[in-house]
Amino acid sequence: MLTAFAILTDGLAYAAYLFMVAVGLTLIFGVMKILNVAHGSFYAFGAYGAAMAAGIYYDRGLPEAGGFLFMILLAMAIGLVLGLILERGVLRFVYGRDEVIVVLVTYAVFLILEDVIVFIWGPQSYAAYQPMVWAGNVEIGELVLSNYDILLVAISAGLALFAYWALKFTRYGRLLTVVIFDRETAAAFGINVTVVYTVTFIIGAMLGALGGAMMAPKISITLGIGVEVIVLAFAVVAVGGMGSIEGALVGALIVGICRAAAVHLMPQIELFVIYAVMALVLVFRPYGLFTRAQPRKI
Amino acid sequence: MKNYAIRMLRSGAAALAIAAFAGGAAPVQAQDAGSVKLGLVTFLSGPAAGPFGVPGRNGAEILIEALNAGKVPAPYNTVGLGGLKIETKIIDESGSAANVVSEYRNLVQRDQVDAIVGYVSSGNCLAVTPVAEELKALTVLFDCGTPRIFEEKPRKYVFRVTPHATQDNVAAARYVLAKKKNVTLYSGINQNYAWGQDSWRDFVGAMSVLAPKAKVDKELFPKLFAGEYGAEISTLLTSKSQVLHTSFYDGDLESFIYQQAARGLGKRMTILATTAESSMKRLGNKIPDGSIIGARGSNGPLARDTELNKWFVKVYTDRYGTAPTYPSYHMAQSIIGLKAAWEKAAKAKNDAKPTIDEVVAAFENLQFEAFGSTIKLAIGHGHQGIAEIAYGTYKFNKQKNEGEIVDVVRFPAECANPPADVNAEDWIKGGMKGAKCD
Repeated sequence: MLTAFAILTDGLAYAAYLFMVAVGLTLIFGVMKILNVAHGSFYAFGAYGAAMAAGIYYDRGLPEAGGFLFMILLAMAIGLVLGLILERGVLRFVYGRDEVIVVLVTYAVFLILEDVIVFIWGPQSYAAYQPMVWAGNVEIGELVLSNYDILLVAISAGLALFAYWALKFTRYGRLLTVVIFDRETAAAFGINVTVVYTVTFIIGAMLGALGGAMMAPKISITLGIGVEVIVLAFAVVAVGGMGSIEGALVGALIVGICRAAAVHLMPQIELFVIYAVMALVLVFRPYGLFTRAQPRKI
Repeated sequence: MKNYAIRMLRSGAAALAIAAFAGGAAPVQAQDAGSVKLGLVTFLSGPAAGPFGVPGRNGAEILIEALNAGKVPAPYNTVGLGGLKIETKIIDESGSAANVVSEYRNLVQRDQVDAIVGYVSSGNCLAVTPVAEELKALTVLFDCGTPRIFEEKPRKYVFRVTPHATQDNVAAARYVLAKKKNVTLYSGINQNYAWGQDSWRDFVGAMSVLAPKAKVDKELFPKLFAGEYGAEISTLLTSKSQVLHTSFYDGDLESFIYQQAARGLGKRMTILATTAESSMKRLGNKIPDGSIIGARGSNGPLARDTELNKWFVKVYTDRYGTAPTYPSYHMAQSIIGLKAAWEKAAKAKNDAKPTIDEVVAAFENLQFEAFGSTIKLAIGHGHQGIAEIAYGTYKFNKQKNEGEIVDVVRFPAECANPPADVNAEDWIKGGMKGAKCD
């Protein structure tokens, strides 16, 4: 019973982390059909930005809770600026090109941004653990749960609900849905697709940076953290279906629970299980669990 | 169309400018006839740069500057190597093993270096070793831990003065059992690759010999650079283990320590971290008091208080604002070992510049005074160093607002290393016969 409870709580905490890093990636793919390798850089910039904010804030001895808010705001501001620069400065020049070329461009951007991180923050690692320590923990039987993990799950759930509401019940969400279904038709009906692309990419970048900021208190912020994240995010998005936000949520839950079960029951297959789940889903649903059937255009 | 092309060129040029600005290669220094050219290879980018690569490079930088100025304390107060100033070319170790080997060949064949000191990754050490033998290039491996380098076959041109990983884990088991005699159940969390698996294998092997009644509980091998250890910490919280062994390093160690601190794992069991000295300053009071800390030898705060060590700590701290950690020691002792061998060979030629083969002959079975302890190239057919190793217990000093290592125990080199020409794994399995711990 204790093990089952631990698998559930660990699985949810890991799923919250996965959903946060995957949601921006899937949003950008859904709207723009760009497999954005540079999404890992948004995560890394968010984490570094959060660490910078933590340094600025906590060194002044200000109230603990406010520091967390400042970390998130600064990280998302960095995501906004970075997203705008990349979309307007690089990606708009390759719209309409072969998908492979666009992927290569985002990969090149990712590599460049890795060096930009070294240039700005140097090679040393950073910490922003204060919010996690401040949040404390709760004991349930033999298990001690971090309140910060519980907060992460709540924020991810809130993010999923907000995304659902924004897509279904707001004007911009409906416009986005139209562009997702068919860009050309959307343009023919007078939707400014260029603006939709720019705004979507910026939102995706801000979500990536948010993921980095949310994880910053739990991790050592070092060079290369974006690489690890992008691989996991791809696995989640492949399971759920490229471009589907509900798919990212379900994919994150499946991968999170399966990995937690593996760690508790058979730790030797912990790494294998993530990609085994992905392979199994793709055998039966080659486009992931939540991708709609695509009409063939003549 | 023309405007589009110009825009593309502009954005491309901007991207190239950023790349060149941010990732510029280290300049090659001019070489003159009276100098020794040294290739230095370490991580300057990627996750291993911060905790290992850059401290290693910093250690090399201050030491070579001081050697060239003749300002290192005796017995190393002669200029450079045998009076010849050292010129360096620094190469980033990041990239695939194939890329690392290509860069190695470039250093030897294109840049014509006299010797190479480098490599943090065990995989890279294994990759360049046969190439060093093929090219007959004197190579001193500075930080990698795999015992396989000299166990697979004898080497002529490759040396490693830094002891290999077996001693870290044998000494760790000895320390645990000296301080916690009633250990009956222990667990391990180690990275899922050669370093983590070999470390755990050696630790379990040593525990089996020294405390046969103590049993392994959980064996966890998360992937390298996983970063998130929630499920692993839950697994350990629900176990009854008294000790947790980890050879985590770098961001993995720091992430794990932050996450366990939030969930009180250190209150349930003693954390034994074989490399934690390298992250001690950064982790501060997040490391639970009572944790057992290693420094891969007598390095950092565990180093002996010699004149040479005092000098090294001072010049390093004055330059970089922080004390050197064990990777800095590993790099510095590798260069000092090369200097000792070079000058021994030069002395035999009345101070003329020795050939590489003469330096190699002088290097074999060398014994020299390093910064933290004395090093003897006693195993691996005289190519692998052994040295004493120290472990201690962590205590956070609130008044000084920094961590300390107390209750330090030093294990002689022959206590934690296999005898000459005995495979480390076989030595442990055979009951660690011949170990001299008095």
